[in-house]
Amino acid sequence: MREEPILRVIDVTKAFGGILALNRLSFHVAEGDILGIIGPNGSGKTTVVNCITGFIRMSSGRVIFRGKDISGKAPHKIADMGLARTFQIMRPYYSLPAYKNLVIPLFSPRAKRTGGWRGGGKLGDRDTVGIDILEEIGFERDSYVPYKLASTLPTGYQKRLELARCLALKPDMIICDEIFSGLSMSEIASMVPLIERLQMDGITLIMIEHRLRELFRVANRVMVLNFGEKIAEGSPDEVMANEKVKEAYFGSEEVEEVMNHA
Amino acid sequence: MNVEQRRKERLDRGIKVRSDTIYALMSVRELAYLTLPRFVLIAGMLVLPLAMPGMYWQRVVSIVCIYAILALSFDFLAHFVGLVSLGGAFFIGVGGYITALLNTNFGMSPLLSVPIAAVAGGLICTLLLLPCLPLRGVYFAIVTLMYPLAMARIIEALDILGGTDGIMGVGSFPNRWVEQYLVIAMVLVFLFGIRRLVNQDIGLVFRAVKDNDQAVKASGISITLYKAVAVFIASGIGCLSGACLVHIYMWSGISLFALDFSILPIAATVIGGSGTLVGPVLGCFILVPISELLRAFGTLRIVFYSLILVGFVVFRSEGIMVYGQRKYHQIERWVKV
Repeated sequence: MREEPILRVIDVTKAFGGILALNRLSFHVAEGDILGIIGPNGSGKTTVVNCITGFIRMSSGRVIFRGKDISGKAPHKIADMGLARTFQIMRPYYSLPAYKNLVIPLFSPRAKRTGGWRGGGKLGDRDTVGIDILEEIGFERDSYVPYKLASTLPTGYQKRLELARCLALKPDMIICDEIFSGLSMSEIASMVPLIERLQMDGITLIMIEHRLRELFRVANRVMVLNFGEKIAEGSPDEVMANEKVKEAYFGSEEVEEVMNHA
Repeated sequence: MNVEQRRKERLDRGIKVRSDTIYALMSVRELAYLTLPRFVLIAGMLVLPLAMPGMYWQRVVSIVCIYAILALSFDFLAHFVGLVSLGGAFFIGVGGYITALLNTNFGMSPLLSVPIAAVAGGLICTLLLLPCLPLRGVYFAIVTLMYPLAMARIIEALDILGGTDGIMGVGSFPNRWVEQYLVIAMVLVFLFGIRRLVNQDIGLVFRAVKDNDQAVKASGISITLYKAVAVFIASGIGCLSGACLVHIYMWSGISLFALDFSILPIAATVIGGSGTLVGPVLGCFILVPISELLRAFGTLRIVFYSLILVGFVVFRSEGIMVYGQRKYHQIERWVKV
């Protein structure tokens, strides 16, 4: 018997006025998977995330997370159930030092109930746990970086802080909205092992990306969106070979060539 | 002509106490650096009533303290939670009427009715403001401004709670020294209490709501709940000051809902420096006595008052305390370029 997928999206439609951002989109994510969602600009990738996590209300459709219907629930309730997300435009708490940024998720009802990241939220001092998480995610503990104001951190660290905020909640699933965008090649190179680590820790991931080369390295399944509709789904190789994808996403150019420029 | 090119350089003072850790205990000098400003403030506040020339100015000090408590609650809500509330007069009025009713109808002593008014008033204000909590920025400000205006009109139109005459014969505090030192103690307690609160974990959540409410939602925390808690704290403090005011005046009326109570705390915060907490207190200690001194000018009072405010906004928009803290913590010098 097949296992029930951790997340099931059924016929989700979102209309902004007359524009259909998502048109009866259905997909599912199995436990432990890394699903990549790609698509040209304006194809509805971020709208999917916002609909799933409750930040915008979908026009119709249902989202089932761990067997429970979460469509129409408030964002904090969905995060409380273990479905965390990062934001494409980073949203750190600018006036707080980086490690204090993590006190907020560690203070959440979920972290208090489950202990948060490795149980530290329940037992330990939240400041210390915050620095532990930051070290895990690539902030050097003994440097001054974790103590800097979040507003003064470079983009790479702010992206990591987004991920750290999710980890503090001890989530079952994380949706990363363009976590690689705006990073230099070397910054991405250091992020990829992190993502792989998350998968090993048993966290299911959805990754929305433009950086195909790195995405295809980590993702085991890829879904392609265009104009709010799913045009292809499968393993990275299958998707790359798909004629429809070449048409819609890459235009007339060769896939390999686009990937080299990405 | 030889024009010397210069620029101002700012250096942090080489004292480790500002790292807010164990270093504060390293030497007497550093200990003094840390504690002296606080000591001057506390001692100054405690000596103030004794230094006043007469009953009239002692009463002014009490009123200043009432405004200072209100300004503290405004600064907390505006700078640390991101809710700019113009409902100061509403808090004052609700707290004032509750304590007046308790005192005249049930004969409760002020020392009992004031705390009850603070908690009950805080609950009432929070419940009434609950529908406005999703609003942000100027919209929240406008809506909260309507509350005191509406309450005054409702009391007037329905002729309830004493109507336009108000509630007479409210008991006073046991004696004027109790009254004085009670309000002074409250200013100090709330000043240091709120500053401690905003650095606790729950205070960080409040500040996070101001910084980025979407990220707080994504962290699995209900922002409405924490906004409500913050409004309860702030309105409770506001109601407490209103209740004290009623027992000082021995009268409660619709002038408690006057806009002065909404506007002056903001002016004091602008002058004192927002987010410093001690700034708004200082601002009240400047603005309220000035307003008393200007009484001699009659109706021109408002003109001079406005000029002083404009002067502060134009020439020292950061506020006295922000300016003062910079001067205290940093050395400034001119260097040749």
